[in-house]
Amino acid sequence: MSRLTQCFETLSNAGRKAVIPYIVAGDPTVASTVPMLHSLVAAGADVLELGVPFSDPMSEGPVIQRGHERGLANQVSLTQVLEMVTEFRQQDQATPVIIMGYANPVERMGYAVFASECATAGVDGLITVDLPPEEVGPLNVELHKVAIDNIFLISPTTPAQRIKTITANASGFIYYVAVKGVTGAGNLDSSDVGVHLDLIRAETGLPICVGFGIKDAESAAAVGVMADGVVVGSALIDTMTNAMESGSSLDEGIEKAVTLLRSIRAGVDNM
Amino acid sequence: MTEMISPDLFASVPDPDGRFGPYGGKFVAETLMSALADLERVYRDLSCDSDFQREFDSDLAHYVGRPSPLYEASRMSDAIGGARIFLKREDLNHTGAHKVNNTIGQALLAKHMGKKRIIAETGAGQHGVASATVAARLGLECHVFMGAEDIKRQSLNVYRMKLLGAEVVPVTSGSKTLKDAMNEALRDWVTYVDNTFYIIGTVAGPHPYPMLVRDFQSVIGREARRQSLAMTGKLPDALVACVGGGSNAIGLFHPFLADEKVTMYGVEAGGHGVETGQHAAPLSAGVPGVLHGNRTYLMQDQNGQIMETHSVSAGLDYPGVGPEHAWLKDIGRVNYVAANDDEALAAFHHWTRTEGIMPALETAHALAYAEKLAAEMTPDQHIIVNLSGRGDKDILTVAAIEGIEV
Ligand SMILES: Cc1ncc(COP(=O)(O)O)c(C=O)c1O
Repeated sequence: MSRLTQCFETLSNAGRKAVIPYIVAGDPTVASTVPMLHSLVAAGADVLELGVPFSDPMSEGPVIQRGHERGLANQVSLTQVLEMVTEFRQQDQATPVIIMGYANPVERMGYAVFASECATAGVDGLITVDLPPEEVGPLNVELHKVAIDNIFLISPTTPAQRIKTITANASGFIYYVAVKGVTGAGNLDSSDVGVHLDLIRAETGLPICVGFGIKDAESAAAVGVMADGVVVGSALIDTMTNAMESGSSLDEGIEKAVTLLRSIRAGVDNM
Repeated sequence: MTEMISPDLFASVPDPDGRFGPYGGKFVAETLMSALADLERVYRDLSCDSDFQREFDSDLAHYVGRPSPLYEASRMSDAIGGARIFLKREDLNHTGAHKVNNTIGQALLAKHMGKKRIIAETGAGQHGVASATVAARLGLECHVFMGAEDIKRQSLNVYRMKLLGAEVVPVTSGSKTLKDAMNEALRDWVTYVDNTFYIIGTVAGPHPYPMLVRDFQSVIGREARRQSLAMTGKLPDALVACVGGGSNAIGLFHPFLADEKVTMYGVEAGGHGVETGQHAAPLSAGVPGVLHGNRTYLMQDQNGQIMETHSVSAGLDYPGVGPEHAWLKDIGRVNYVAANDDEALAAFHHWTRTEGIMPALETAHALAYAEKLAAEMTPDQHIIVNLSGRGDKDILTVAAIEGIEV
């Protein structure tokens, strides 16, 4: 059983929801990434999402775009992201790690090499924003060989018929994008989320996590009631960078983001 | 290699998944997939609807001023002493470039789909102006995304768009040029997908854009074919067009692809020289990859990051190229070459002084190559160059390069 499946099973048996933070590799510094991942786990993260910096992050709002720019300024490539996962795994063999990014760095590395390097590093899943089911076939073949889950996004604009196509290609969990828009945008409408989650549940038994628009304990709890997990990215990065821009040190900035995650954990546990 | 290609091949692309051989496709975020499917369906229906075609043709005739003339540049041809050079005068279209052929077509699609808000990306501002123009004419809300760097170098077009009632949105991320404007337009589209039609300005982006922009621009080549036969009694020996995303080039080339004897040259922006790395010539020096919804040749580093490009012309300053060109390169049907900044600037002056036609800096790349090509050919042969746009928008850029205050 994959680490992700195991993780969701354990959570479900305990009646708990997954809390999944997203950060960009190399943001704000290369040295801070792995320690921050460990701190997030200590604060209650069940699964980690690590963003691969890309020059053209088309689905990101300004907060995460800047994160990608900082990661790139620190020369972080896909190879280095995999090295960070290797380093993380030296101390933590239990927490699933997903890498999230865009197709081109993966294309450039080559699907077969990428899949085997992910397996060696201890990556559990992949989210590629611009590889919809129509384009993912050849990569999925390679991921299957090494038992890495490919996680797909479903959005408010996905027609019911298409949900079937997506769930047929998916494993690990389904990522429901709660708002039409880029990361960090708008406020999510939890009643609308409920309707879509029902549509997805009709097609798949995979766990469903919800992201885009979760900002704090309250919004996390509102979605957590309906979903199997919540993803939070922009709010963490925003908290960290705001603190640092108003004079906090790197460690203090990270600690503020970790504190936010801890409160989200509490919000989701006590709902 | 060309001998083995069956003429039917060119009518068979893209396939139903939007692929030109290994290129093209639909590499976008899930939120946009159903919008693309809607567009594909509407376009499939309307492209074989005679009322829609009549409306498009009528707009091109009465609003754009088509057919555009084919003009023999005799003084330049004589000066070179090689092949006769003919210019397909897209600069005489309303708004001054080929871009309007496409915006007329896409605006009609927007109207049929009931979309009240249009967005566009622009580099040189020509596509932005052409989009703002059709928006004004149809009473649609229009937002044009433009790199902050390009806003500086194309200030006349920025003001033109504002006069036409469009909002020009400066893009300050990344390299602040055309590719970043396209990222921002895609972000806007994801956010307002329900009421917004995205008018892409070139044969790039996800399927069905490369196909529908090609179809709308192919009016250039269909006219040129007729005009060449009428004026010279034969088809041209060679075609030359500049390639940014590739829409004016594909528009000229496409109706001739099955004519084996017509040689074709797509001219990319060589910037400071392809060997310096500072250029915008992905077909000459790039590697296939995925950007802005399609697989194509890209300027990228060994880690798959898209590289910053350089060209004196904002409209060619793009690290990718339409997927059909990527395929035409691989099968050997079209030759892709480059002209550098200084060659383009020299051609800008040379053609202005010799023929009284001031070309856009984008177009000047094609003219620079055509001069070299004509010199290697004979007077019984003839070349058609796509004169994709007029140079008024570039006067301040040229003056600044030459240290002249206007
Ligand atoms: C006059 C002119 N020619 C050519 C281009 C390049 O675009 P494409 O390669 O799509 O024709 C532009 C783009 O702005 C342009 O304004």
